[in-house]
Amino acid sequence: MAIEAYNGGGWIATKLEWLINWGRKRSPWPLPFGTACCGIEMMCALAAGYDMARFGAERPSFSPRQADVLIQAGTINLKLAPVFKKIYDQMAEPRCVISMGACASSGGVFRTYATLQGIDKLVPVDIYIPGCPPRPEALLQALLMFIEKTEKSQPITHKKYSDLLVGT
Amino acid sequence: MDLKNRVEQCLGPKNFVVAMTECQGDLSVEVPKRSVVDVMRLLRNTPDLGFNFLSDLLGVDNLDLNKPKKKPKKKTEEGEGAETEEEPKDKGPSPPRYEVVYLLLCLERNERLQVKVRVEENDMEVDTLTPVWKAADWPEREVFDMFGIRFKGHPNLKRLLMWDDFPAHPLRKDYPLEGQGEERHLIYDD
Repeated sequence: MAIEAYNGGGWIATKLEWLINWGRKRSPWPLPFGTACCGIEMMCALAAGYDMARFGAERPSFSPRQADVLIQAGTINLKLAPVFKKIYDQMAEPRCVISMGACASSGGVFRTYATLQGIDKLVPVDIYIPGCPPRPEALLQALLMFIEKTEKSQPITHKKYSDLLVGT
Repeated sequence: MDLKNRVEQCLGPKNFVVAMTECQGDLSVEVPKRSVVDVMRLLRNTPDLGFNFLSDLLGVDNLDLNKPKKKPKKKTEEGEGAETEEEPKDKGPSPPRYEVVYLLLCLERNERLQVKVRVEENDMEVDTLTPVWKAADWPEREVFDMFGIRFKGHPNLKRLLMWDDFPAHPLRKDYPLEGQGEERHLIYDD
């Protein structure tokens, strides 16, 4: 594929990018990682009342390989931390992490020997949701923010990815 | 016959009772550490006791209890009276630091019994109850994890809650709440 001719822009690359983004933003498959009471709010957001499927999060992907968004809802304690990291590492690029609630973002009230003080110590976090636990509307807003972010992303022309393509 | 008399009748002849207290209708028996398995077998197999269910097993750290108590500043007549009552307790030998508490339940008569074992700091080993009740397996592992009390004869005495190479026993009173900077090593096989 002669994509290097259009490296850094060009009609084909940008239109292709628009198409990819159009597809991605309408199917942000979440990986629900609910470990505490935030998980209940996340289930509520996924269920019929709030219906996250309206935004394309139709299918909670319990396999990290097919997931686009990792929703970390709840406390991560240090015994679970390697499992969480492993799940994040299994997700395919481009990936996004939503840190839902106080515990996931900062450890919350659990400032103890057993709790990870914020998942950003392990993985890069894209969107933080405050609250203890946040309401489902807040999770929906985070999903919309992810969709906005997807619209602006550059899956082909961004240096990080175009280098990969030229190499192949 | 009430429960207290029955327990005394069962354990008394063999000198298994160190102390027996009753608080709010709950009977609590302290037994010697070396004979805890015999005591449990007796309590389970004696027909008129029949404690056939181990509902919980837990450890206690009495570090703060052993410290000398602060004297009350106000000296009213009642306060002085209370003080003179407390003083003989302080003068006696300080109680062992750890306790293991067994909570038993008789399913037939709905009776409960608390059995306590004192554990000295320099001899942190108690006989396991897994031959008597299989249910003692995980609670004993938890007590070992949190307090470092070892259970002799336990089939699989590993940490239950913390990870395997965690260096401390976090429910001890001298362990800081926020930890001592233990780090979880995030190395895993690729």
